[in-house]
Amino acid sequence: MTYVPLPERRSLRENLGNMMGATGRFVADLMREPLGRAGFIVVMLLILIAIFAPLIAPYSPTRQALGSALQAPSATHWLGTDEYGRDILSRLIWGTRITMQTILSISAIVGPVGLIIGVTAGFFGGRIDAVLMRFTDIVLSFPSLVLALAFAAAMGAGLQTAIIAISLTAWPPVARLARAEALVVRNADYVNAARLYGAGKLRLIFLYVVPMCIPSVIVRLTLNMATITLTAASLGFLGLGAQPPSPEWGAMISAGRRFMLDQWWVALMPGFAILLTSLAFNVLGDALRDVLDPRYTRK
Amino acid sequence: MDTTLSIRDLSVRFAQGSVRAVDGVSFSVSSGKIGIVGESGSGKSTLGRAIMRLLPPSASISADCMTFGEHDLLRASEKDMRKLRGSVMALIMQDPRYSLNPVLPIGRQVAETAILHKGMSRKEAGEAAAAMLERVRIRDVTRVMQSYPHQISGGMGQRVMIAAMLLARPRLVIADEPTSALDVSVRGEVLELLDDLVCADGSSLLLISHDIRMVAAFCDRIIVMYQGRIVEEVTQLRDASHPYTRALIAAMPDPRHPVRRLAVPDRAKLERG
Amino acid sequence: MIRIRDFNVRYRSGKTENHVVRGIDLTVAQGECVGIVGESGCGKSTLLRCLVGLESGWTGNIEIDGQSLGAVRGKDDLRRAQMVFQDPFGSLHPRHRIGRALSEPLRCMGLPGSPQRVAAALKEVGLPASFAHRFPHQLSGGQRQRVAIARALIIEPPILLLDEPTSALDVSVQAEILNLLSDRRDERGLTYLLVSHDLAVVAHMCDRILVMQNGVFVEELTPDNIRLAKATHPYAQHLMDVSLLSDAL
Repeated sequence: MTYVPLPERRSLRENLGNMMGATGRFVADLMREPLGRAGFIVVMLLILIAIFAPLIAPYSPTRQALGSALQAPSATHWLGTDEYGRDILSRLIWGTRITMQTILSISAIVGPVGLIIGVTAGFFGGRIDAVLMRFTDIVLSFPSLVLALAFAAAMGAGLQTAIIAISLTAWPPVARLARAEALVVRNADYVNAARLYGAGKLRLIFLYVVPMCIPSVIVRLTLNMATITLTAASLGFLGLGAQPPSPEWGAMISAGRRFMLDQWWVALMPGFAILLTSLAFNVLGDALRDVLDPRYTRK
Repeated sequence: MDTTLSIRDLSVRFAQGSVRAVDGVSFSVSSGKIGIVGESGSGKSTLGRAIMRLLPPSASISADCMTFGEHDLLRASEKDMRKLRGSVMALIMQDPRYSLNPVLPIGRQVAETAILHKGMSRKEAGEAAAAMLERVRIRDVTRVMQSYPHQISGGMGQRVMIAAMLLARPRLVIADEPTSALDVSVRGEVLELLDDLVCADGSSLLLISHDIRMVAAFCDRIIVMYQGRIVEEVTQLRDASHPYTRALIAAMPDPRHPVRRLAVPDRAKLERG
Repeated sequence: MIRIRDFNVRYRSGKTENHVVRGIDLTVAQGECVGIVGESGCGKSTLLRCLVGLESGWTGNIEIDGQSLGAVRGKDDLRRAQMVFQDPFGSLHPRHRIGRALSEPLRCMGLPGSPQRVAAALKEVGLPASFAHRFPHQLSGGQRQRVAIARALIIEPPILLLDEPTSALDVSVQAEILNLLSDRRDERGLTYLLVSHDLAVVAHMCDRILVMQNGVFVEELTPDNIRLAKATHPYAQHLMDVSLLSDAL
């Protein structure tokens, strides 16, 4: 195969400028709507908090101070302390790291896997499609919590187990979506034209079909992140996620539920963090759909 | 009843652009068939929708006057317009597949207009619908009334649309490319049907199309639009004098006058003149 | 150049069989332009798509340039015939610049390509070389159709199959595209097979016109027949009458 350069390659700076321009426009589109703006800002904040947790957190998330256990929110401990006297705000801030890590690693696995399985099924159709989609259906019927329990039994509980267990069960919706998109795109005239000039199967899939499926997959993934946040917290609550003393939000609720009636803040604060995070991803996903997938625009 | 549609200096502008999609259009129709011809972007469809007040909220309409009989279409409230649409004025659109509700049987959709605008009971409306479908020459009326839009052909779908739109005997019918989605052999039938139904009642028909020959053959008057403006109004293509109209006619291949190359309009010159 | 014998297309779904094209014979000589007219569903587009191998499920014998074709097409087979599609909005990759759209066929066919080659291809269809940097959505329908023609011609096929190439375009743009197609044919001695529902377009472009109904050719006409509105088969006559409706009135 001979390499054909693009006519008059543009300078790097020009390309970069274009990319920056496109990103800027994209963010501007996202910011136009109040809800989308709110979701985007909250998610950005969460990411910043996760990155700069050591700088932001006023106290250590793990150092115990039994003398000041179960203190109500006050000027020194804004969100109060837990049963070991640890500052809840600091634990939440460090917990953001765990949550973001979980969400990003799961999305990084689920996105490509779902995309490739779905596009392959949709592009080839026929028997390949039937086999792949039945397999997807089977996986879809697995409850991720039960699978995680099995995994924990086999591999020992921990954050990695949780990530693997959730990833294994979270790709089918992405695959189904990618397949539906691929079914439409594979019959587009530009793909047919590419067949006529002899483009190979791999080239057709990765350069012609996949790029068209990516926007809706990103939207789906963002919406999925809300669900992942909840599932990860549930696993933590059951003691199958990150192990103590790491400040995992679900585990924090689980620990705080003993004091629910008298020291409500111990369980409520992490619950609120989970709510805020999953809401932010949902709202952001909705706004992304408006920007990336104009077919479903709400206006 | 006065059934004159009269429009003076109508302009339509869309929020984003400063370009006028329709720019200072004036004409009036009291009866008969009027054709509005233009290429895409000429503003012909926008004009039709502006008269029906069916433009999106981002569009701003301004005019010295836009009236239909005693109704002031410029100032009528949305509620008044809803009453007018379907009963006094009707719009027939290009593709019947998108204008019919896919989950309702044909018969009920046609009868709906009669229930809404004539206050008929469901039974009366059903009978009226059957009679109307017969008038648009649908053979097996009972079967068609029970079928769903996907079960009928495009030509039949368009006839069903016409039946639904004309059931309440509107005084003004705007047909926006009513035949473009149809095969050539059904086009003639649909046009004849419109002619029979609309003009027999002394109503007026505004036929919007890109096909200047078809419009010329069918309509009493032809209005030619270019870039939002009316460039000329003629009764016969032979009389066309504006360079744009002449260019449009010359650009169409005509089997009776074969040419080696087709004449292409000189856009730069048109824009200057 | 093209020889089709006893050509059938059947689609089976469950027990019902849809016989789309029924035993067609067709021969197109080198440098000839043959038109097929018919209404939606008559099988004219299916025939074209089978010729280039986009559709399977056909039986019969297809020969292009003396080579018999099977269901699977190699690069040499593909280089003999290219196709221009109806919808100028769907036929270009939305994320590829025009330059990329034109260099992809060369790359896939293993042909040498250069910016000059792309610029020349653009010039051939009446577009400036600077269009190579644009995306399809920055072009008008007519300009996109020009790019689609350039893309089909860039690998220099002797045969061009045209599937309703102008029916999505305005009359004046249609005239430009038809002129472009005639010019390229005169220049390169191309063979065209043009499918359209518009009798006037086919009569303007073609040396011979085949009228297709329900999967068979019912009549063969010359432009002269159409000029005089004379046909022997009733369906062909009907099609002619309604197509030239405006002239009758």
